[in-house]
Amino acid sequence: MTMAEPVGGRFGDFGGRFVPETLVPACEELEKAFRSAWSDQGFRAELTRLLADYAGRPSPLTECRRLSEELGLRLLLKREDLNHTGSHKINNVLGQALLATRMGKTRLVAETGAGQHGVATATAAALLGLECVVYMGEVDMERQALNVFRMQLLGAEVRSAASGSRTLKDAINEAMRDWVATVESSHYCLGSAMGPHPYPWMVRELHRVIGDEARGQCRRLLGRDPDVVTACVGGGSNAIGIFSGFAAGDAALVGVEPAGGAAIGRGVPGVVHGSKSFLMQDEHGQVLEAESISAGLDYPGIGPEHSHLAAIGRARYESVADDEVVAAFELLSRAEGIIPALEPAHALAWVSRAREELAGQVVLLNLSGRGDKDVAQMMGRLGGR
Amino acid sequence: MGADPGPLEAALRARRSQGGKALVPYLTGGLGDWLAALAAAADAGADALEVGIPFSDPVMDGPVIQQANDRALGEGITPLGVLDALGRLDAGVPLAVMAYYNIAFRFGLERFASVLAERGVAAAILPDLPLEEAGPWTAAADASGVETVLLAAPTASDERLQRICARTRGFVYGVGLLGVTGVRGELASSAVVMAERLKRLTDLPVLVGVGVGTPEQAQEVCRVADGAVVGSAVVRRMLDGGGPDAVGELVGRFRRALE
Repeated sequence: MTMAEPVGGRFGDFGGRFVPETLVPACEELEKAFRSAWSDQGFRAELTRLLADYAGRPSPLTECRRLSEELGLRLLLKREDLNHTGSHKINNVLGQALLATRMGKTRLVAETGAGQHGVATATAAALLGLECVVYMGEVDMERQALNVFRMQLLGAEVRSAASGSRTLKDAINEAMRDWVATVESSHYCLGSAMGPHPYPWMVRELHRVIGDEARGQCRRLLGRDPDVVTACVGGGSNAIGIFSGFAAGDAALVGVEPAGGAAIGRGVPGVVHGSKSFLMQDEHGQVLEAESISAGLDYPGIGPEHSHLAAIGRARYESVADDEVVAAFELLSRAEGIIPALEPAHALAWVSRAREELAGQVVLLNLSGRGDKDVAQMMGRLGGR
Repeated sequence: MGADPGPLEAALRARRSQGGKALVPYLTGGLGDWLAALAAAADAGADALEVGIPFSDPVMDGPVIQQANDRALGEGITPLGVLDALGRLDAGVPLAVMAYYNIAFRFGLERFASVLAERGVAAAILPDLPLEEAGPWTAAADASGVETVLLAAPTASDERLQRICARTRGFVYGVGLLGVTGVRGELASSAVVMAERLKRLTDLPVLVGVGVGTPEQAQEVCRVADGAVVGSAVVRRMLDGGGPDAVGELVGRFRRALE
């Protein structure tokens, strides 16, 4: 299969546009604007230039020699951690910020969990001279205080989301409420491949560069696709980006969710934040609060295309516990000299656990972000040995 | 169109044909002494009552109704708990529930519609279910005789408003401003414009809500609109510790302002 444009805003049974009536025209306008921009060579060239000269693309593919030997497989890392701002998020944000400018919007609204998407959005806003407001859960503002300050340095206003679980899902609620009130001047720069149509499609297309580059890099290195492509999944943007380069081939696609936020592992279909997808919820339809070691994956839902890939069996979804993630975080640091963000450490935790199943195979892992932001938290947990 | 109007539309049309303006107060189900407050609101002159089913992620609501949702959920209310209680309430006016779509979806659309009908609830308002996504729900609602009230927002073109007016039942719910529910210092100019645009397009009752928070604001918008929906002002009164009497007193003031 190839990952095409969703039909009628839907990926199979999932997706759609479940938003307050006020936002429907804005979603329609955004869909039209993105379709036009994405087929405009001038827009594509400008984005490609920014991704190269500003964000540092292409990101390298790193072969992990010591760790491969230890695990008994061949591990390749797609180094999104080396992008400007430290994660894959910049790909999506530069595209959306350029699009916002093209649409005549002067203000970006964003949500953030760990702060990576917020920092990336604040960066793009500074670059393009846009006003920027980032909503962040109160709990996350505490555990990612450095990123709050980074966003402020970049000229963004960070507003706390103090309702509900005070984490990512509540930051999304606040960002949507802001957008309902400011839709004429603001673009909602959503940070994952979720939300109402066209976001899941648009965000995937903006991260497709990860998969396209990695496929070319694998061809040059191996002469073929890897056997397995894996990535961590919260909303699922880095995973959908790398999957999109390999879905048409034979590689197994494996998304890795935190055990405390496993929408596919523990959820049932539901509708929140604009689309129908798997969702952790109680028997009455109340959305449950996700809880994991990584603020960036603390989300009870998942992007609709992942639900579709799971439903048709093209991708499978595993979940890992916090302790396994911490072990993987240390493992990559010591074995390869790469301190990963806690989010992609989830994918490595699964690889490590599944090493027998994966013995002798080539495994491509999307290293979606670097661990600087998590060092203080891990020092607390590991005791600064 | 062409079908007989349901009880909600009939009540609102009756008010209009008597030369009056309709008043629809909103309360969050499960919040404090909400059933007695609903009865008090009806006694004080409400034409219909809107009851919110609490939800964990109410994206169309401002801080007051969010807090009411959180508090009601904390007190253990469930969707079926709200509906069962409404089934035992004899308010003497039509009832509408306001439910975010996931509540109905998780319940099962057909089951949700039939439970509404069995409990005597005339209508449903689903604030995150726009026209394009409403088909499966409206099919279930129509089959059970439940009126589905659609929202119309200032951002819509006239062409879109026409399609909304053609599909809504009960009344058309004009959103008074760009923003979420809550009381503002003054009525947004968009509220009257919204009412004017809708009145040109439909003979259905046109009610405006969102940002209508004082009797004076209700009076102002009802110079054009057929009525007003008042939510946060009423809910805030309950959050501040007001009981059914306080709710009745407030609804009475809105009623008198609309005479």
